[in-house]
Amino acid sequence: MSLTHQDVARIARLSRIAVTDAEIEAVGSQLNNILGLIEQMQAVNTDGIEPMAHPQDVSLRLREDAVTEPNRRDACQAVAPQVEKGLFLVPKVIE
Amino acid sequence: MINATLKQLSQQLTAGQVSAVELATAYLDRIEALNPALNAFITVDREKTLAEALAADARRAAGQAGLLTGVPIAHKDIFCQQGWKTSCGSRMLDNFISPYNAHVIEQCQAAGLVTLGRANMDEFAMGSSNENSFYGAVKNPWDVNAIPGGSSGGSAAAVAARLAPVATATDTGGSIRQPASHCGVTGIKPTYGVVSRFGMVAYASSLDQGGVMAQTAEDCALMLNVMAGFDERDSTSLERAREDYTRDLAQPLAGLRVGLPREYFADGLAADVGRIIDNAVAELKKLGAEVVEVSLPNTQLSIPAYYVIAPAEASANLSRFDGVRYGHRADEYKDLVEMYEKSRAEGFGSEVKRRIMVGTYVLSHGYYDAYYIKAQKIRRLIANDFAAAFAGCDVILGPVAPTAAFNLGEKSGDPVQMYLSDIYTLSVNLAGLPAMSVPAGFADNGRPVGLQIIGNYFGEAKMLNVAHQFQQVTDWHSKAPAL
Repeated sequence: MSLTHQDVARIARLSRIAVTDAEIEAVGSQLNNILGLIEQMQAVNTDGIEPMAHPQDVSLRLREDAVTEPNRRDACQAVAPQVEKGLFLVPKVIE
Repeated sequence: MINATLKQLSQQLTAGQVSAVELATAYLDRIEALNPALNAFITVDREKTLAEALAADARRAAGQAGLLTGVPIAHKDIFCQQGWKTSCGSRMLDNFISPYNAHVIEQCQAAGLVTLGRANMDEFAMGSSNENSFYGAVKNPWDVNAIPGGSSGGSAAAVAARLAPVATATDTGGSIRQPASHCGVTGIKPTYGVVSRFGMVAYASSLDQGGVMAQTAEDCALMLNVMAGFDERDSTSLERAREDYTRDLAQPLAGLRVGLPREYFADGLAADVGRIIDNAVAELKKLGAEVVEVSLPNTQLSIPAYYVIAPAEASANLSRFDGVRYGHRADEYKDLVEMYEKSRAEGFGSEVKRRIMVGTYVLSHGYYDAYYIKAQKIRRLIANDFAAAFAGCDVILGPVAPTAAFNLGEKSGDPVQMYLSDIYTLSVNLAGLPAMSVPAGFADNGRPVGLQIIGNYFGEAKMLNVAHQFQQVTDWHSKAPAL
């Protein structure tokens, strides 16, 4: 199985990473090499094996539904690209 | 003084032979002189460091000093530290001054350790050579033509070059052990869940684990006492009683059962590295260890399984870098989607983009079961292999990497070749086990080689015991490069 340029463009789009037409050939060939490597997994029979998500198989803790964070809005927004009146600014999304 | 261990520095500080300010100044001067050639640090800030050192001296004067108060430390640039640029080796975070501290940083500050600077690393901890840093490759202090290993290459190079007596680091697929091996320092990656991931920039959350590098196993044990512990802000932090990781250092090794996995000594292991590991095993036998052969039959599958799971988790974790709340934003864009796409294309380097795209693909509709679930099943097989092996031994020994450090540029054009060099480290992360690299000799080309010690779950004290006893009868760990 090999990714086409169209596949690569779709993956790039889903990843929200701009890939130029000039880059697509090289990116596609590297992705295909990596997918070739991970294809080795398919040779192994894993029927009946339980997928492992956490080494200790612990389930996630629940905590009280309480406010634990102090309000540090100004400190957190000091590193934002664009803010105004405590809001993060982005390009217009609703016409 | 520059070659002193943590233990020795602690003694000198306690005895009043040296102050924290004098120590910090000596290391800062050395960093200033040597870092231009090595590139081990991304950020050094003399003023901030000296302020921390002054506070440490004041604390000592007030009789409130702990064992490590005033000892200088380098932090991998992945741990968020308030007021310091926390770049994670990426252009994406080149403008990010962290507004908060990671749990590891809080613990180090509570202990009174003094920050020397922020250590270079592969971008977002993705890499095995440190060539993926936005700030340029780190050079191996033993040979500036060699890679230092990655992703914690700056931490390893700093300790090896004696620019810092100790450095924090992280290990997702070998990122503590492999650079420690290549730079001739001692490094430990604890059991998954022992050190909090809070404030540690996330790469692959089910594999990421914080740890430390220093000259000796004893120093690593002292540091683990500072860094380990339950933290409710990390959902996978384990609730366990505190332990003293130095408690078993002095135990004799008589009767220790050492497992050698036959798959770690097969084709692909360089002859000189194999010889060094054999010699190290022989030393442990002299100390009374008993050698048994074990098998980890799914070792080869750790590579494809890791390179599915890690990119999948990375693609999800790194979706937070959207140019909205922090990090790089492109200058020009016509709409929101283009802002995302351009900010991310400009902010991420090529290896990070590759892994995000691989991860996006394996998680995409119709492929999830074939890749991600399949990899999680193989992960279980790998963990089962270790469980079977540990039924017959106390620790597992082997090489960390198939060869000593390769040359800068040698593999940077071929990601798959780079991935294959992770063969002996990935399984440990997939299984969530603790492991170390301990200096064990020098390859034919004069570059350091580490011995990997793999412990069972929560077997840190046992591994540190083995490493410490090995270091009582060998001196590889005290060798330093001529700089």
